[in-house]
Amino acid sequence: MGTIQLKKVRKAFGESIIIPGADLDIKHGEFIVFVGPSGCGKSTLLRMIAGLEDLTSGEILIDGKDCSDAAPASRGLSMVFQSYALYPHMTVRNNIAFGLKMAGETPEQIAPKVAKAAETLNLTEYLDRKPGQLSGGQRQRVAIGRAIVRNPSGFLFDEPLSNLDAALRVNMRIFIMQLHKDLGATMVYVTHDQVEAMTMADRIVVLNRGNIEQVGSPLELYNKPNSKFVAGFIGSPKMNFVEGNIAAKHKAKTIGVRPEHIDIVSGKGEWQGKILLTEHLGSDSFLHVDAGDAGRLVVRAPGEFAGKPGDNISLKPDAARIHKFDAQDLSIR
Amino acid sequence: MATNQSRAIGKWALAPSLIVLSAWAFVPLALTIYFAFLRYNLQDPDNTSWFGLSNFYYFLSDPYFTKDFINTILLVGSTIIFTIAGGVGLAVLLDQPFWGRGIVRLLMISPFFIMPTVSSLVWKNLIMHPVFGLFAGIQRFFGSTEPIDWFGHYPLISVIIIVTWQWLPYATLILLTAMQSLDGEQKDAAAMDGAPPLSYFRYIVLPHLSRPITVVILIETIFLLNIFAEIKVTSVGGFAGNLTYLVFSQLNDANDVGAAAAGGIIAVILANIVSYFLVRIVGKNLEG
Ligand SMILES: Nc1ncnc2c1ncn2[C@@H]1O[C@H](COP(=O)(O)OP(=O)(O)O)[C@@H](O)[C@H]1O
Ligand SMILES: [Mg+2]
Repeated sequence: MGTIQLKKVRKAFGESIIIPGADLDIKHGEFIVFVGPSGCGKSTLLRMIAGLEDLTSGEILIDGKDCSDAAPASRGLSMVFQSYALYPHMTVRNNIAFGLKMAGETPEQIAPKVAKAAETLNLTEYLDRKPGQLSGGQRQRVAIGRAIVRNPSGFLFDEPLSNLDAALRVNMRIFIMQLHKDLGATMVYVTHDQVEAMTMADRIVVLNRGNIEQVGSPLELYNKPNSKFVAGFIGSPKMNFVEGNIAAKHKAKTIGVRPEHIDIVSGKGEWQGKILLTEHLGSDSFLHVDAGDAGRLVVRAPGEFAGKPGDNISLKPDAARIHKFDAQDLSIR
Repeated sequence: MATNQSRAIGKWALAPSLIVLSAWAFVPLALTIYFAFLRYNLQDPDNTSWFGLSNFYYFLSDPYFTKDFINTILLVGSTIIFTIAGGVGLAVLLDQPFWGRGIVRLLMISPFFIMPTVSSLVWKNLIMHPVFGLFAGIQRFFGSTEPIDWFGHYPLISVIIIVTWQWLPYATLILLTAMQSLDGEQKDAAAMDGAPPLSYFRYIVLPHLSRPITVVILIETIFLLNIFAEIKVTSVGGFAGNLTYLVFSQLNDANDVGAAAAGGIIAVILANIVSYFLVRIVGKNLEG
C-alpha cells in the first residue's frame, strides 16, 4: 500500500501563507511530479508529507491513516534530498544501514539488505568509502540506496538531479523511472524542470504560489491546460502568447500557440514576420520571429530549414491548437 | 598550481615576516637553553660557570617536581574535560532558537575577556572566600556553620574551577560555530531514518564536532600548561603549583636562573610530548 491523501493542507510561516490549501489524492504505485517555479512551495509541501514540517491546518492520510502528527520515520516513507544529506563521517555502508540500525534491526538482518541495495545501485565496491570520496552521481546513488533499503511504501524526491551534470541527469532520470517500475512503490518527485516532469510523471501537479493549478497526465496538461500559467510552464520552448486585436478576434484576452503548432507557409499566411534569430538543434530549428501585431514568436521548423535571420516568412497557426484565455488567465473551452 | 615565477614572488614576499618571526621565537629560546647549562644564581651573579646537565638534575630531583608535574597534568586534563563537556552541551543548547539568544551568546563569551588576574581576585575574594564569599553565603543560607575553605582545603580543585570558568566560553564559542555549520538536511535525514535525539547527537552531532573538539583540546593544552596568574593570585602555589609555578619559584624564591631555565626547557619538551599524544588519541577516537 502507498496511498497519500492531502486534505485542505495549509502551511503558513508566521504571517506569510506558503500553501493556502492543497487537496490531492495519490494512488498506490503512482509516479507523481510536483512542478512549479522556484519558491512556489514544492519543497514545503513535500516536507509536510514527509513529516519534516508541521501542518498549519488540514490533514494528511497515508494508507488511509491520519498521519498529520506522526513522526517522519513512522510514515513508511523515504526521502532523497537535493543536497543528498549523506552523513559525511560514516561509510557508504553505514549511511545505508543507519535507518535500519535506528529501527533496531540486528547486524545479521541489516547486512544482506545493505548488500542487496548496494548491488541494485552498483555501489558494492564503494561500501567502505566515505561520501567525500565519491563523485556526485555516486553520492546520489547512496542517497537512493539509503531510501530503498528500508523498503518504504512511498518515496519522496526533492529535486534529486539538480546538482548533477546534464548527461548524468538523463541517466539518473531513466534509472529512477526503472526503479519505479521494479519496486512498484508510490513516488512523489519535486522538480522545477518541466522536461523531467513531462518525461517521468504518471500525473503532474503544477504548483503556482502554493496553489495547485492543475493535476493531470503530461499530455492532458500539454493539450488542455487549465490556465495560462500551466500553458506557459508545460512545453518547451514555451507557448507563444498573443494579446490585443488578434486575441480579440478569437473572443479572448490572450491566445496561446505552441512553437510546434505554427506552420511556415509559402504564399500569404495569417501572420507575416521577419526572422530575428535561428537556433539549430539538428532535429529541429527554432526561429525567433518578429511577427508585427502578433509580437515576437518562437516557431519550430524542420532541422534542415534554410531560412536566415532577416528573411521574411509567412506563418499559419494551427487553428485547432489555439488556446484561448480570459481576463483571469483561465482557459476558455 | 602556481607557476614557478609566482612561487618565487611568494617566497620573497614571505621572507621579512619569516625572519622577524623566527628571531622572535628563537632569541628567547636560545637564551633559555644557554642559561640552562650555566651555574647562575642571582645571589652570586659574578660566579657563573659551565654547569653541564646539573641544572636539569636538580630541577628534576626537586621534591616539588613530581607533585607539580602531577598537578599540571590534573589541571590541564580536568579543565579540558570539563570545558569540552560543558562546551558541547552549551553549544547544542545555544544552537536552539529561543528568545534572547543573541544576548545570552554575548554574555557567554564575556568571561574570556576578563584578565586572569582580575577574575582570580574576584573568585578568591568574592566567590570562594570562606567568610565573605558567595559560596560560603549559600552554604550558610542552607544552615552550614562551617563553610568550605576552598583554597585552604581544595587548592587544586579551586584553581580548576576558576580556569574552567575562564575557558568554557572559548570551547563553547568554537563548538557553537561548528554546530551552526551542521547542514540542516542532516537533521532531516536523521529524522527520516528515525534517529531519536540521543542517537542524533551520538551519530551525527558528535562526529561533526570531532574536528573542532580536537582544535579546542590542542589550543587549551598549549595555554593551560602555562597557567600561572590563577595560582599566584590565589596563593596556592605551595600545594597546587604547576611546572610553570615551579620555574617561577626557582627564580623568585631560590634566585636560581640556571635551574629555572632548565625547568623551562623541560616544560617545553613535556608540552610537546603531551600535545603530540593528545592529538593522536583524540584524532583516532573521534574521526571514526
Ligand atoms: N522555514 C521557513 N521559514 C519561512 N519561510 C520559509 C521557510 N521555508 C520555506 N519558506 C518560504 O516558503 C516558500 C516556498 O519555499 P519552498 O517550498 O522551498 O519552494 P520550492 O521548493 O518550490 O522552491 C519560499 O518563499 C520560502 O522563502
Ligand atoms: Mg525546493
